[in-house]
Amino acid sequence: MALKIVKGSIDRMFDKNLQDLVRGIRNHKEDEAKYISTCIDEIKQELKQDNIAVKANAVCKLTYLQMLGYDVSWAAFNIVEVMSSSKFTYKRIGYLAASQCFHEGTDVIMLTTNQIRKDLSSPHQYDTGVALTGLSCFVTPDLARDLANDIMTLMSHTKPYIRKKAVLIMYKVFLKYPESLRPAFPRLKEKLEDPDPGVQSAAVNVICELARRNPKNYLSLAPLFFKLMTSSTNNWVLIKIIKLFGALTPLEPRLGKKLIEPLTNLIHSTSAMSLLYECVNTVIAVLISLSSGMPNHSASIQLCVQKLRILIEDSDQNLKYLGLLAMSKILKTHPKSVQSHKDLILQCLDDKDESIRLRALDLLYGMVSKKNLMEIVKKLMLHVDKAEGTTYRDELLTKIIDICSQSNYQYITNFEWYISILVELTRLEGTRHGHLIASQMLDVAIRVKAIRGFAVAQMATLLDNAHLLTGNTQRNGICEVLYAAAWICGEFSEHLEDPMQTLEAMLRPKVATLPGHIQAVYVQNAAKLFATVLRKHEGETDSHAAQETSQLLIDRLPLFVQSANLEVQERASCILQLVKYIQKLQQKKVEVAEEVTALFAGELNPVAPKAQKKVPVPEGLDLDAWINKPPSESESEDEKPKAVFAKEEPKHSRSRHTEVDEKELARRREARKREQANNPFYIKASPSSQKVYDAPGVEHIPVVQIDLSVPLKVPGMPMSDQYLKLEEERRQKEKAERKKEKKKKREKRGKERKADSGPESEEDIAPAHQVDIVTEEMPENALPSDDDDKDPNDPHKALDIDLDKPLADSEKLPVRTHRPEVLKSPAEDRVNESIPQETKKRSGKEKKEKKKGKEKDRKRSKEEKKKKKHKEVEEELLESHPEEAVQSEETKEAATPPTSTSAEASELDFWLCSAPVPPAAQEETAPSSAAAVDTSSAAAPESEPDEPKDAEPEDTKSSKHKKKKQKKEKEEKEKKKKKRHHHHHHHSNAGGEDSVQNGTVEEEEPLPPMSNYFLLAENSYIKMMKEDADQVYDIQGNHQDESKVVVSVIFENKSDSFLKSMEFNVLDSLNSKLQRPEGAGAHDSLTVPFQLPPGISNEAHFVFSVQSIVMPQKLKGTLTFIVKSDESSTHEKLDFKLHFTCTSYLITTPCYLYDAYAKLLESGDLKGSSLRLEGINMPFHHLLARICFHHHFSVVERIDSCASMYSRSIQGHHVCLLVKTSDQTVSIDAKCDEPSLLGNVLDEIKQTFSKC
Amino acid sequence: MIKAILIFNNHGKPRLIRFYQYFAEDMQQQIIRETFHLVSKRDDNVCNFLEGGSLIGGSDYKLIYRHYATLYFVFCVDSSESELGILDLIQLICFFLCVCVFVETLDKCFENVCELDLIFHMDKVHYILQEVVMGGMVLETNMNEIVAQVELQNRMEKSEGGLSAAPARAVSAVKNMNLPEIPRNINIGDINIKVPSLSPF
Repeated sequence: MALKIVKGSIDRMFDKNLQDLVRGIRNHKEDEAKYISTCIDEIKQELKQDNIAVKANAVCKLTYLQMLGYDVSWAAFNIVEVMSSSKFTYKRIGYLAASQCFHEGTDVIMLTTNQIRKDLSSPHQYDTGVALTGLSCFVTPDLARDLANDIMTLMSHTKPYIRKKAVLIMYKVFLKYPESLRPAFPRLKEKLEDPDPGVQSAAVNVICELARRNPKNYLSLAPLFFKLMTSSTNNWVLIKIIKLFGALTPLEPRLGKKLIEPLTNLIHSTSAMSLLYECVNTVIAVLISLSSGMPNHSASIQLCVQKLRILIEDSDQNLKYLGLLAMSKILKTHPKSVQSHKDLILQCLDDKDESIRLRALDLLYGMVSKKNLMEIVKKLMLHVDKAEGTTYRDELLTKIIDICSQSNYQYITNFEWYISILVELTRLEGTRHGHLIASQMLDVAIRVKAIRGFAVAQMATLLDNAHLLTGNTQRNGICEVLYAAAWICGEFSEHLEDPMQTLEAMLRPKVATLPGHIQAVYVQNAAKLFATVLRKHEGETDSHAAQETSQLLIDRLPLFVQSANLEVQERASCILQLVKYIQKLQQKKVEVAEEVTALFAGELNPVAPKAQKKVPVPEGLDLDAWINKPPSESESEDEKPKAVFAKEEPKHSRSRHTEVDEKELARRREARKREQANNPFYIKASPSSQKVYDAPGVEHIPVVQIDLSVPLKVPGMPMSDQYLKLEEERRQKEKAERKKEKKKKREKRGKERKADSGPESEEDIAPAHQVDIVTEEMPENALPSDDDDKDPNDPHKALDIDLDKPLADSEKLPVRTHRPEVLKSPAEDRVNESIPQETKKRSGKEKKEKKKGKEKDRKRSKEEKKKKKHKEVEEELLESHPEEAVQSEETKEAATPPTSTSAEASELDFWLCSAPVPPAAQEETAPSSAAAVDTSSAAAPESEPDEPKDAEPEDTKSSKHKKKKQKKEKEEKEKKKKKRHHHHHHHSNAGGEDSVQNGTVEEEEPLPPMSNYFLLAENSYIKMMKEDADQVYDIQGNHQDESKVVVSVIFENKSDSFLKSMEFNVLDSLNSKLQRPEGAGAHDSLTVPFQLPPGISNEAHFVFSVQSIVMPQKLKGTLTFIVKSDESSTHEKLDFKLHFTCTSYLITTPCYLYDAYAKLLESGDLKGSSLRLEGINMPFHHLLARICFHHHFSVVERIDSCASMYSRSIQGHHVCLLVKTSDQTVSIDAKCDEPSLLGNVLDEIKQTFSKC
Repeated sequence: MIKAILIFNNHGKPRLIRFYQYFAEDMQQQIIRETFHLVSKRDDNVCNFLEGGSLIGGSDYKLIYRHYATLYFVFCVDSSESELGILDLIQLICFFLCVCVFVETLDKCFENVCELDLIFHMDKVHYILQEVVMGGMVLETNMNEIVAQVELQNRMEKSEGGLSAAPARAVSAVKNMNLPEIPRNINIGDINIKVPSLSPF
């Protein structure tokens, strides 16, 4: 046994290790493959051994072989074995191998979950680190889901080394398991402020990567990043953040304004080129996002352009490249500032570096004008001639066409020149862009009517010289232009000088070697030409020419009838028969030209590429509806739709992927030969004609090889350069003429200024031809929709998740449980994600029930208000209220998408508020807040006693079981009081609703009724209710004397007796005194100025003078009255306590201008305090309404789940609130110039909400 | 995001490849060949950025490379990475302004980076790389930190090896000494030790 171990160990000593393997491979250069295969055999042997060290060594070698391109997936299980070794050395080897060759398809990955989890929680940081590193390379959706929670815990590991790795890997987890993003995001956000720079940098990295794909969800982090940007010194982090801002600014222009300054500073101060470059880039992004009109815009642009020029002029090619790259971004919005550097860019075109030339080409696009287009294109054509590599030349070609055709040929003054440029471009060898040139030719010929004659002439020459284009098989791409040429010649054949010649050229036998779709066009257009020729010769006495043409067609067309291409064959045979018939007619001397021409009558109009898509669906047409019921599946199988017309696409691919095609051909040939060999009736070809298969039907055509080293000069083809000269001459002439004219004018008018001899302006250059560019047709009433479809396979799409929305209970990372529950499919999870509100509210049936009940109740109370008289009827009505009503209510709610920008968003607004708020927002908020104040203050005065206020909040309370019972009680109470109270009730409700509307337009739910009356004291005879909102009294009075508070008290007679001689008395304190009529003593009571018959209530006002309003007050008081019944009258007394809350000293003061509010906040005079309320389960607008109603605030601005509110005390203290809500938590940040007042107000707010 | 890191020599032989997105082995080799083809035909005094490379990524991706002695260091990155930053990451110490990480780290750990070091210690280079770039994102740019972590891990490996690894080390030292004469077969009792054929390189 011992011996065995020794043996194993010694054996191992002499096993090949990685170095040996490498050395071996180097020594077997000639038979490397063989050597490696023996090595792999050895490795397989080693992997079979039990010794983990041997296995690890083998796996290490496999990693090397993997790099050389050998598939090592067969060893995946062994890799897992090595990964699970307890020794770091081997573990590391295992994880390295796994990271190199595992992927989502590797099935053994399933086995690793627990091992990785173990390693992640290992006490040794390097075990954890190695596991994290490995995992980052092969994380799968399953692993991500199972390990997300473990990794999340690691994000708070004590070691920064682990923290940073855990943070970084979260990005990969998010990608694979998007559901984890929301639960993990808060912690990720925390890591932005991690003390360790590495962790911080990792967090920035991850968030930037996330934000790049879905920037709008991360807008709320802008303040945090701004802080980081101004504080960080790490260039890597800075670059990332600056890049991120570049992505954010298009969404929030105010951010851009805030950024410009620090970025400009960075540009001036930094010495790191990389940072400078990114700053410039982001400044450009900012400038693009900002609408022009800011005065310092041009300065920033100038700075950028200036810095970029420095980069471009730098000798470092990298900087030059990047400078050009950034310049092209400016070009889009500020072409003027780039155009001044035209010299520099043209210079770059001559650079020896291809990348730089390409970038300069991009820039040229924006530099052309009518004036310099020809010049620039000439320069490019020179480059085309010089360019050796095909990619660069192709790029040049596309750029030339791009430049010329941009914005509807705006800059082309001479289309003859452009056509000749296109024709010249056809002489490029081996370009892939034949199709592009062809489409340009077609486009120009169709849309520029004036040029058709010229174009047709050129195309005819091209067709005549077609052999030059097709002669070389390598130049296949360019033969596409023949497609265009043939079509143009055919369609506009009336412009042809000698259609007969062109017809002849189009029917040459060699045409049969062209791709099928081109042949088809040839055949079709030959017919068109034939029609033209016929018409030309019609009426001539000698019909010889016409007959000759028919004969020509009859002779040549059979070649096409034999074509292998269906389209060609079909058209050819069709036309052949037609021509034969015509020939017969001709022989009978019948005039046919008219009829033949009619075949091709009518003009084709250019149609916009999107036209088809934009045709609106006619009303009443349902495209998804079946016309007939679908047949059973089996039937539909064999009815595959066939292409009606021959498709072009396969033809292209054939010419490009000749390799594949040839293989295929060879295979078929082989098969055919075999078949033929077996076929006794087949007459075998002699060996000499073997080639037949290579090019069927072509072998008898003599192929002329053209020496292409000599530059091609197609006879009769105009050189574009001539046009340049001509154009210059023309312009000179025009100029001279103009000068002459001017001279004449000047002679007439002596005053005229001197003729400017400076460069001619754009408008001066008149196009050579009067060109009428036909615009592309669009269908009538096309919908102006811009449908830029995004790639549905983008993995980042799944990460477009709103992060500001509070987490729902259902959103948790899966935690390992002893017996894991059945995992929800991701799709299901996503559903939960998208409507967390719904799940939250209606997770169970019970809840649903409750919801319904609630809904019903609300309805009921509303109805009651309206139809108080028909109690019974209405009750029934409600009872039978169809369920659908509730249902629809629910679905409506479910359908409303979760609001995306929330508390954070308006925090962002707060942060951005140094910049002026967009005027639209101001206008929106100001009047509405004013309105709110009006209504809320107007609502209350008309008041009557109401039911006890504690019944109210019940509406929103969430305790389920009591609910119904309470409701009933309440209903009963309401019913009792309805007759008397409906009035007030209605009003308070309306007030509440109105006050909520300021800030938001959309209303989610109706408000529960609110009352600010609360019970003061009650006995069997009388109930006293005090109005909680003391300011409801006459406000003007208050303005005159600020320290007076009016208390309204409602007295309600509950007994059957008559109440009279009511006297109200309060024990004054030092601070607050009841105002008594003059002459009355300090302890005298006030007489209530009315009597109360049974069941009647009335209100009385009492004025108090108050000195300090920063503290709440309590005053003891007594009410005495006489109860007078029929038989007797008794003296009764009722004690009460008057509570002056600090709130009652606040007056709802509308804050019309957000500006003023912002200024107030910025002034620094206010002291802050904050409050946090947990478990508030009511809609945000209810919450705001409550604050407005009970605490006399007005909403200044509301943005989703965040609102700023304002109020003023009777002594002129400003109180500002910023209320934010997330989930069930409400946080209130408050500012006031009187801290103790603020504290008390906040306490009271807290109390208000604790009661509900 | 970094999509791939490729290191190959002047002849296109891969010395280290690291893909942060899955490609099958043959595809990987094709990418290496294509990249080598693109990079190798460029002069040394042209810019270090390269668009294209149809296989790897699309228009959003760039190749950023440095030619260093006999080696090409090629990073394939998307637009979220700063071009110059990545260059910094792979740049020589020399005269440029910026800090460099990757090459310099190699320098520190291998004294003198040369192709042979890379070939024979591919695994170690991977371990260093893992401390710099993780899952396609730059993990650490502080050189001291990287070196410290690599050192610590190597020390850990050594301590784990301990005595049991000593004979293996000795043997490999002997092998590396490149002795011309080593008996092909040593017979100690019934233990038959095959000595691998050693040849000088």
